[in-house]
Amino acid sequence: MKLIFEKSVPGRKSTILGKCDVEQVSLPESMKRSAAPALPEVSETDLSRHYTELCHNVHGVNCGFYPLGSCTMKYNPRIDEEIAALPGFTGVHPLAPPETTLGCREVLDKASEYLCEITGMDGMTFQPAAGAHGEFTGVLLIKKYHDSRGESRRNKIIVPDSAHGTNPATAAMCGYQVVNIPSAPNGCVDLEALKAVLGEDTAGLMLTNPNTVGIFDENILEITRLVHEAGGLCYYDGANLNAIMGAVRPGDMGFDCIHMNLHKTFATPHGGGGPGAGAVGCKEHLKKFLPASALMDGAGELQVRSFAGNFLVVVKALTYIMTLGREGIPEASANAVLNANYLMRKIQGTFEPAFDRICMHEFVLDLSEFKKRTGVSALDVAKSLIDYGMHPPTMYFPLIVHEALMLEPTETESRETLDWAADIFRKLYDLAETDPEYMHSAPHSAAIARPDEVRAARNPILRYTAE
Amino acid sequence: MNYPAELKYSKSHEWVKMQGDVAVIGISDFAQDALGDVVFINLPGVGDSVDMGAAFGDVESVKAVSDLVSPVSGEIIEVNEALADAPEMLNSDPYGSWIIKVSGITSTEDLLDAAAYEAFCAEEA
Repeated sequence: MKLIFEKSVPGRKSTILGKCDVEQVSLPESMKRSAAPALPEVSETDLSRHYTELCHNVHGVNCGFYPLGSCTMKYNPRIDEEIAALPGFTGVHPLAPPETTLGCREVLDKASEYLCEITGMDGMTFQPAAGAHGEFTGVLLIKKYHDSRGESRRNKIIVPDSAHGTNPATAAMCGYQVVNIPSAPNGCVDLEALKAVLGEDTAGLMLTNPNTVGIFDENILEITRLVHEAGGLCYYDGANLNAIMGAVRPGDMGFDCIHMNLHKTFATPHGGGGPGAGAVGCKEHLKKFLPASALMDGAGELQVRSFAGNFLVVVKALTYIMTLGREGIPEASANAVLNANYLMRKIQGTFEPAFDRICMHEFVLDLSEFKKRTGVSALDVAKSLIDYGMHPPTMYFPLIVHEALMLEPTETESRETLDWAADIFRKLYDLAETDPEYMHSAPHSAAIARPDEVRAARNPILRYTAE
Repeated sequence: MNYPAELKYSKSHEWVKMQGDVAVIGISDFAQDALGDVVFINLPGVGDSVDMGAAFGDVESVKAVSDLVSPVSGEIIEVNEALADAPEMLNSDPYGSWIIKVSGITSTEDLLDAAAYEAFCAEEA
């Protein structure tokens, strides 16, 4: 399809502005641009059709199954949107007098209270704009804690090799040295490897539980005890919180602070650049370091974003929590785990799980043997799924599994959808034996089949320039 | 897959060629094949010290970012800056594309010869 710029015709307009009813003023010459910006000029019809066409060319969770592992692409209930669209929320200004925005304060307080209860934390901030930003904030809390105790010599953060890439990046951004430890053969933390690196220079450990291969680390209490014994703190990456909401709490596992991706676990739309919300919770001993809006009571010295963060995302998350309630939240997690195990067992016998055991909310398939035999790679399978109207799972992650496909069906998919998905996987498994060439060139129905990722990475063209 | 007999190899898939008391270090054919198309390399600076078993830089492919692990401890005396603009040379000519040269070597890990490394890779694949 054409770019909106290519549809532009000079002089064509799509807005009819009302008469100006205030006095017009002119900017000083020094502040004016020398030439008009090169914006596309199209009619409202063309504009509307352009976006509808774009919409037809993408696959969202509202179009079909979207088992993108580690991303929790669950359905976002419409009621969350409806509440977040209330004019009392959308029309409010962060600098409005506090006594006029008490309702918004109540939303933040209530969301904080419920999320603290779900995670076993004592305090919470909504400032971080997304997950990685939340991680950064959480690790800064750890740093502030050590600094306040005169233990700035603690300069190492331990990260297992199965972690999300953002974990080591976060630790490095906070000025820490990253110590990587290998996973045990079952994908969990290797206790001996952990003990070997713990010491007086340990600032903390960053961990996801269930981990990146969808397995709950049963040694978690021992792990957090060992880190605390060495004087370090434990950071919980909430990426996989969808597996355990209301069933087990990171705070009870021994974690000192946590970030949550409200925009995945608590059902607000994500992907495509947000907005998100990376709420950060912590135990009592870190509370005094929490960032808060400078305009609110008890604002700490740490500020990671203006005002109260992406407030409307918090509104959606609170609506979600209150809709599901005390019974619905753990039920959602239980169904997420059930769906993942169901789909894994339905596919098993063709594509094999990397770890043959009960999984949590997601599982990883290991296609390395399959690729050796058929020449068809995880990428080829992922691309072939597009032709069936399914979003491909996460591929080539986690790095500890070669030719990985990582599936997270989420709790909002029905048994019929899971059966349908398993059938397609089985079909592709057979197709690889009979017609691997067809799979090497898949997808055959999408607007773009195989973009040149190498060229895109080596010579990225990041903005449109008119000729 | 190519395993030149005159080189030594580490289990983290770097190759080492000793030129007098200077170690020339690059990544193996197996490594570049497993990485896929390399799109970026993060190079250290001349004069930096490297530690055996520690990262001295990283390479990014379409699939992932991987550390470059030094098989020796010492000081970097030369860096192949040409790779910064043409990291794809690591794919097309892994043994011609050295990454760093290290001198003043104080320790070296137990390196594999070509036959042992080939057997090690066969196991990893």
